[in-house]
Amino acid sequence: MSPSATPGSAYPVDRIREDFPILREEVRGHRIAYLDNAASSQKPLSVLDAVEDVYHHGYANIHRGVHVLAERATAHYERSRRRMAAFIGSGSADEVIFVRGTTEGLNLAASCLGRHVLREGDEVLLTEMEHHSNIVPWQMVAGPVGARVLAAPVTDAGELDLDAFAALLSDRTRIVSVVHISNALGTVNPVRKIVRMAKERGAYVVVDGAQAAPHHPIRVRELGCDFYALSGHKMYGPSGIGVLWGRRELLEAIPPWQGGGEMIERVRFDRTTYAPPPAKFEAGTPNIAGPVGLAAAADYLEGVGLEAVAAHERTVREYAEERLGDVPGLRILGAADEKAAVVSFVLEDAHPHDLGTVLDHAGVAVRTGHHCAQPLMDRFQVPATVRASFGLYNTTAEVDRLVAGIEAALEIFRP
Amino acid sequence: MISPGGGLADLYREVILDHSRSPRNRGEMAEANRQADGFNPLCGDRLRLFLRVDADDAVREASFVGDGCAISTASASLLTEALRGRSQEEALDLIRRFRAMVSGETEPGDPALGKLAVFAGVRDYPTRVKCATLAWHTLKAALLKTGETARTE
Repeated sequence: MSPSATPGSAYPVDRIREDFPILREEVRGHRIAYLDNAASSQKPLSVLDAVEDVYHHGYANIHRGVHVLAERATAHYERSRRRMAAFIGSGSADEVIFVRGTTEGLNLAASCLGRHVLREGDEVLLTEMEHHSNIVPWQMVAGPVGARVLAAPVTDAGELDLDAFAALLSDRTRIVSVVHISNALGTVNPVRKIVRMAKERGAYVVVDGAQAAPHHPIRVRELGCDFYALSGHKMYGPSGIGVLWGRRELLEAIPPWQGGGEMIERVRFDRTTYAPPPAKFEAGTPNIAGPVGLAAAADYLEGVGLEAVAAHERTVREYAEERLGDVPGLRILGAADEKAAVVSFVLEDAHPHDLGTVLDHAGVAVRTGHHCAQPLMDRFQVPATVRASFGLYNTTAEVDRLVAGIEAALEIFRP
Repeated sequence: MISPGGGLADLYREVILDHSRSPRNRGEMAEANRQADGFNPLCGDRLRLFLRVDADDAVREASFVGDGCAISTASASLLTEALRGRSQEEALDLIRRFRAMVSGETEPGDPALGKLAVFAGVRDYPTRVKCATLAWHTLKAALLKTGETARTE
């Protein structure tokens, strides 16, 4: 680790906070302490400016026009694709498909890969810690062909039970789809190892990287997976834009996603041929300014340095776990060895929803609920948790405000 | 840092806290002849409501099981008390009035709501309205015998 990545005074959190105008907002008389980054992150000025700049100086429909604005817009759009290819460690921009976000990326992967490989009796192997967006699309594609969706169990510590995962892998397993970092627990899954195990059985591997992108350098080629999905809005970029990365030869082999303009080569009533990837998967006028904002977010993250971000977030998270651990009746869910930026917990004497309301009164924004991971909530036998999730601009002082808010809530609700 | 007065105290009135800590009529009812389940997909809270309705259509007894937040638990608890002796028509009217109050459609102060007026503060918390109405959605399902799980959304 480089010296600049060591936690402590070297990390310029005050300067970083100034880049995010919304962090100056006041909520009920308090400066906002935004601890809901796993749901969505705030945007730095450079991202806001990049998006605005498209509409001010370079907006038109892309790829088709011969006029100067169309050329500018196309250039911005395709430059952003190359930028994102570099950000995730793909060798080629042609492997980067722009989608609305991770949900659409996973739906695309499930639908197109599923139609390509799944037959009756085949299995798709997931884990118990998946977000609904990495469960339901597989059920939708597997059901009609008679394939089954299985889930590998999670240990009490919130880690994937690798032995059980290995036992569930078989020659029937055609696809493995796993979350890189759990949105509900913060667990970092050993994706490289999972890929190796799956590949030994000849299965394709899809990775839900929604939570990983803002916290971790992503190297899709090194991971060895076949698809990797991420969302712009969770990595300080705009909402409504994300990336699905797919291995080139697979993108050529699988059927297209939506039909329409731009995804075709030649349309006839008796036979239509498709454009090569990535255009094959980008029917219709896309989100044109979004990718530009997303590329600016990638610039921003790498400008701060993902290693430095990870180290800073670790400091904040470990401080939060220590302080929350001292609160009587508070139980933290998820004690994985490898964890990122999330602390999920329940309180004996206060329901997550009530706590969320009291914290909101103190200007502290957290998420309460099932975090779109109901099977995981069932696994831990809780209806909901409170989740504090950290980003590159959070501070230990904000953690202190979280703890003070919890103590105030206990004053109200403790019997 | 958090003042106990102001908005929070308007939401978490003492009566609500009391009923959430010590819910009345909590438990299954063997002699129930109406029953319904409620589910709030937003927070995952579940509730089962039991009613004993007599031959002349009046609710003799009501009880509930389920865990939820302070608002939804207190709402279910106060509902079981408010319901006793009401006819089906009166109970349906109460549902309408309660929902109108907590969603802010009517001004607080509806005398027909009696003790249930303590939930008036919910109107200032749009994200919590469903917590307050879960038991009431469920009551409607039990009275109308829809046989389906009542959902807040």
